[in-house]
Amino acid sequence: MKTLRIGSGAGYSGDRIEPAVELAEHGDLDYLVFECLAERTIALAQQARISDPQGGYDPLLSERMRRVLPFVGVQTGRRRLRVITNMGAANPVSAAAEVRRIAVELGLDLKVLAVVGDDVLTMLQPEFLLDNGQTVGSLGERLISANAYLGVDGILQALHADADVVITGRVADPSLFLAPQMVEFGWAADDWPRLGRGTLVGHLLECAGQVSGGYFADPGFKDVDDLARLGFPLAEIDADGQAVITKVTGSGGRVSRATCTEQLIYEVHDPAAYLTPDVTADFSRVCFVEEGADRVRAQGAGGRSRPERLKVSVGYLDGWIGEGQMSYGGPGAVARAQLARDVVLKRLELIGVKMQDVRAELIGMDSLHGPRSTVEPWEVRLRVAARCEERSEAVRVGNEVETLYTNGPSGGGGASKSVRQVVAVASLLLPRDAVNPRIEA
Amino acid sequence: MKLHTLAHSRTGDKGDTSNISIIAYRAEDYPWLCEQLTVERVAGFFADLLEPGAAPVRRYELANVQALNFVLPGILRGGVTRSLALDAHGKCLGSALLDIDLPIMN
Repeated sequence: MKTLRIGSGAGYSGDRIEPAVELAEHGDLDYLVFECLAERTIALAQQARISDPQGGYDPLLSERMRRVLPFVGVQTGRRRLRVITNMGAANPVSAAAEVRRIAVELGLDLKVLAVVGDDVLTMLQPEFLLDNGQTVGSLGERLISANAYLGVDGILQALHADADVVITGRVADPSLFLAPQMVEFGWAADDWPRLGRGTLVGHLLECAGQVSGGYFADPGFKDVDDLARLGFPLAEIDADGQAVITKVTGSGGRVSRATCTEQLIYEVHDPAAYLTPDVTADFSRVCFVEEGADRVRAQGAGGRSRPERLKVSVGYLDGWIGEGQMSYGGPGAVARAQLARDVVLKRLELIGVKMQDVRAELIGMDSLHGPRSTVEPWEVRLRVAARCEERSEAVRVGNEVETLYTNGPSGGGGASKSVRQVVAVASLLLPRDAVNPRIEA
Repeated sequence: MKLHTLAHSRTGDKGDTSNISIIAYRAEDYPWLCEQLTVERVAGFFADLLEPGAAPVRRYELANVQALNFVLPGILRGGVTRSLALDAHGKCLGSALLDIDLPIMN
């Protein structure tokens, strides 16, 4: 029986590149998938596209492709390797053109196809209600993007059209991995149990290193070998969707029941109903069996019919966040930092900075989970952040922290300040029929 | 005894909701962890951070992998994109929960 080998080359946009190259070269793969879109990445990419109509795709696309394309396509003595990625972000068509340009430059003859149809901005009506209670209309000109989470459909079209490289925009993460399993094994679009199992494989692989020993080590409790050379994962899958998760021999990291269990539950709510555009997957009875060093078999996933509506991620501008930080150390550091915090908050009030919300905390004491620390650290860092409607107001927050140098308590050092625009994300649901995934050459 | 000695954890985020897995190192500890780590206990641990009026904390059991999954709506206060928090994703919440004190097992 045929075994399909799918590797995971990225778990987020800025991820390491050499583990992907290692997989492409030594993973004996049929497919290499790069998942690079977080919740608001498309909204940010859409802004980039507004300033450059040819832009709006992943900033690392060119570098990644330059490194892995030499292993892609039909090559003597190797499996045919194909690439699937959502690095098209807000502009899959331009991204595909860029990949074609790189292929030609490298002397490669590859078919590169873009999947479009996720951009549904023009379909939104002012009365549509977002999950945060606002209407689309209330966002006015602050609305910047609306992208439906597509399922496997467009990728299936591209693979059936014999693409070597498939570039998408917003696609549900597991769908990037499910589509090649459906194509290679001929699974029907309503074969829910197999789609559920294939979705489990996608879910385990979609964050790359997070299943192979990344984001796992806790020295003395959970140790991981050679974390600096962490290998990215691959799955060996059979025609029923049964799979073994493993990694390239000799790479760093580890694949174990524990690493797989952490990733199984990651970003899952009800494990019996993991919703994707393709299937309602059931992970509630999954179990893992260690079959050898860094080899774990995933069993027991199921599936039911897919949701009738697709989730749409809506990006909009929501003001600015201004921030300032200052460190205090040595005896009395906490008391001086607390005084500095009080002074800054008072100053923001006195000079009338217009803020929607403000937060002031001491890094090292209470910045993550409130006041829980029972010991006084040697050093702490004051952090003040505020959200303002206007950029000019947000700037004043960091400035006021900086003035602690000559006006605040003794011994403050290492001031920093920043201002960033808030690109917020909300969601709504659209009927599946309203969305039309398709390929563009 | 700290939960840290018996279980490990990972935190995920969707919108302004966190989910925290608690996974027993040893299968034999799992029933006892299920007994101890009630929704009330976990909600109480994060009482200062949970948003008043948000939907209640939920718990799911994954017995085949000896794990619990806690879902905490509203704890990210506006979500990753709008939050003023240093750790806007709430990535560190699971590690915090491992500090929970448990009675010594018989």
